Amino acid sequence: MRNPSHQSAQGHDPIRLSIAGMSCAGCVASVETALRAVPGVCEATVNLVERTAAVSGEVDSVELVAAVRAAGYDAAELRGVEDEEEKQAVESAHYRRLVRKAVAAGIVGAPLLVGDLLGWLPSVSSGDGRWFWLAAGLATLAAMAYSAGHIFTAAWKAFKVHNANMDTLIALGTGAAWLYSMAVVLWPEVVPSLAQHAYFEAAAVIIALVNFGAALEMRARGRTSQAIRRLIGLQPKTARVVRNGEERDIPLAEVGLDDSVRVRPGERIPVDGELIEGQSSVDESMLTGEAMPVMKQTGDQVVGGTINLTGSFLFQAKRIGRDTVLAGIVEMVRRAQASKPSIARLADRVAAVFVPSILIISVITFVAWYDFGPAPAVSFAIVTAMTVLIIACPCALGLATPISIMVGVGKAAEHGILIRNGEALQQAARLTTVVVDKTGTVTEGRPAVTRIVCLRDNDENGVLQLAASVEAGSEHPLAAAVLAAARVRDLPLSPLEGFEAVTGRGVAAHVQGKRVLFGNRQLMDERGVAVSAADAQMDALAREAATPMYLAVDGMLVGLIAVADPLKADARAAITRMRALGLRVVMITGDHRLTAEAVARQVGITDVIAQVLPQDKAARVAELQANGAVVAMVGDGVNDAPALAQADVGYAIGTGTDIAIESADVALMSGSLHGVADAIAVSQATLRNIKQNLFGAFIYNIVGIPVAAGVLYPLFGVLLNPMIAGAAMALSSVTVVSNANRLRWLKVRGVAA
Amino acid sequence: MTLWVNLLGMGLIMLIVWWFWLSRPRAQQTVGDAPVTVLVADGVYTPSRIEARAGQPLMLRFLRKDPSPCAEKVIFEKLNVSAELPVGKPYQLRLPPLVPGEYVFTCEMRMYRGSLVVK
Repeated sequence: MRNPSHQSAQGHDPIRLSIAGMSCAGCVASVETALRAVPGVCEATVNLVERTAAVSGEVDSVELVAAVRAAGYDAAELRGVEDEEEKQAVESAHYRRLVRKAVAAGIVGAPLLVGDLLGWLPSVSSGDGRWFWLAAGLATLAAMAYSAGHIFTAAWKAFKVHNANMDTLIALGTGAAWLYSMAVVLWPEVVPSLAQHAYFEAAAVIIALVNFGAALEMRARGRTSQAIRRLIGLQPKTARVVRNGEERDIPLAEVGLDDSVRVRPGERIPVDGELIEGQSSVDESMLTGEAMPVMKQTGDQVVGGTINLTGSFLFQAKRIGRDTVLAGIVEMVRRAQASKPSIARLADRVAAVFVPSILIISVITFVAWYDFGPAPAVSFAIVTAMTVLIIACPCALGLATPISIMVGVGKAAEHGILIRNGEALQQAARLTTVVVDKTGTVTEGRPAVTRIVCLRDNDENGVLQLAASVEAGSEHPLAAAVLAAARVRDLPLSPLEGFEAVTGRGVAAHVQGKRVLFGNRQLMDERGVAVSAADAQMDALAREAATPMYLAVDGMLVGLIAVADPLKADARAAITRMRALGLRVVMITGDHRLTAEAVARQVGITDVIAQVLPQDKAARVAELQANGAVVAMVGDGVNDAPALAQADVGYAIGTGTDIAIESADVALMSGSLHGVADAIAVSQATLRNIKQNLFGAFIYNIVGIPVAAGVLYPLFGVLLNPMIAGAAMALSSVTVVSNANRLRWLKVRGVAA
Repeated sequence: MTLWVNLLGMGLIMLIVWWFWLSRPRAQQTVGDAPVTVLVADGVYTPSRIEARAGQPLMLRFLRKDPSPCAEKVIFEKLNVSAELPVGKPYQLRLPPLVPGEYVFTCEMRMYRGSLVVK
């Protein structure tokens, strides 16, 4: 059955590396020496022209790359992100094999089943009947060997290592049915005449159903990894590389470090690198969820998998293969998909003891029917014991959580939300409070001049020009805002004399013979400038969350310039969504209370924790937690790392393609606060889905097993047909997978994305 | 006859309890200088019980032959380590130095089970 082509892969294909930084034959020797020194390497050869190395041996590429880097060069493995096609080919071959097995068992089982139901089949005890049943038994055996051979082998191997699984149950159930039936056919006299019935059709039909169920499950599971496939599919198959002044298309896996790659409009960027010629705008939305195209110029970083929109450019490959951002995202999503939240623990604990427990229940069922059942007791005993084995489904239990996590994490990744582990997802669904950092989260994090007030017979440009001139030497963020505003208005700066920066106050300087002061109220007070005339305007500005600064010339107040950190356009809408999800939203900031409250008012936040030093943010989060809140912290992931780590779930916002933020449980690639609401919505939906799955799987087994054992018989005289049990079992895992797949249709964003 | 059936049933139950829960297979292989290759096929990890020395990084090679999705992942739950195994190609799984103890590794659904015993 096994595809022979895969056998060869066991042999050791050489690992190929791209090496950067080699200039001479001496480099070749030192790289080769470094590679050969790695334990497990049989042979290493370096090609200076291609700048590649081929290494064979029992070794991991990560170690080789580390060795080359330690020797002072750069290296990366030459490979594409992944070959999904190969995996899909293997899976579809397996699917077809399962369907063939189901059909083969069905061909034997179906006629026997129909004949039995219609009463066309001869009795086992009649002379000719015995020959018919003997033939039927042998046909069933053949079908079992072909269609369930893998199940029996697996059951036996598991048994040898003291393990029992799904295969054990099916093998025992159908095996017992076949053995009992064969015994009835060969020695009908040992069982009472009423019990002389063969169950070959049950064995065959159950095996057909089990295979069919496995095939359906396989189909459904293929869809659960769609998100990963979509991500991998972002990478083009080929790249246009310029080597020796000549452009040619080469397979992606051949693109080496420092290769110059040409990208034309409309093409996907193949690997990560730095733009070296030309300029263009690039659509990065498929990775970051950020809809606005990004302008790229010489020296800017470009990311593999994104689409070049307008211009043609040349870039130098800096990260290839496993090191690209895209590969990192895929890896992170995979890892999260495989991690289990604590909610799965109960199911796992049950699953661990499940199969042996079922075996015991089955034995008890047999004995109970044998002891207390009506005639023919042995017949009832064998059917019920078999039905118990068949109906029990550990798969549905074990699958309930991971399959939903798989779809949920993938769904989030499609929206630029990278969830680090399943536990974060579970915690996110329990959140009561969201703490948002002000700067860079609610606001853009880049202060800008929002208003200029003229207090004398001068104009806005005059005030701004003077302020910008004195601020030219300053490095304060407010100065940057003033200078940027002056640049936008094309205002020329005047030369300064006697520049003086007054820490925490502002600046003073002489401009064209005039004494200019620019700073806060304290500066004015200290230098004897009367400012009370502007009090009304100052209060108005403070209420707008702006930081106002005074401009004085020769001791006279001439103007005010307000600098504020503008709100993100969609902050208010996103916060409204969070509140609609039942969350209390709290803003935390180091700013003055008045400013903080003004910002909060504009976005609809009522709870503000202001004047918090950066190092105290974590403590404030801990206080909220001590009061019983389950807290999410949203920040930029750099300055507020301790608070992110302290929170039950930490969200790093606006990480862009810099996804390796360790302190956060969730990285939001886009800068929009909607990402947080999206992440929480996905988490809640996923947890709901897991609970449905777990509930379904538990209830199925809790109800199914006693019914199969025949507890309803004394009351209502009903017994479960083993074939119905087989169908139920096959459908139970398919149902779990299909339910998880419903998550794919989840509408994540209320407003248009 | 009834007595025998009942006795047989009881014996079977005891056998199940003993075989699956009380007794443990002996270690089949020890991770030494060469990495152990764990074959993933037919519902079992072979070897299913591996011994290793404490305090040194380990390398396990997994070779997955079973194409069914059940065998796709191997999860060391205690270590929060998981890997997706390609079909037909060896996969090298690197583990950090461990403290002595038993580390169970399973597939997603816990049908494949193995344990790494660190001494």
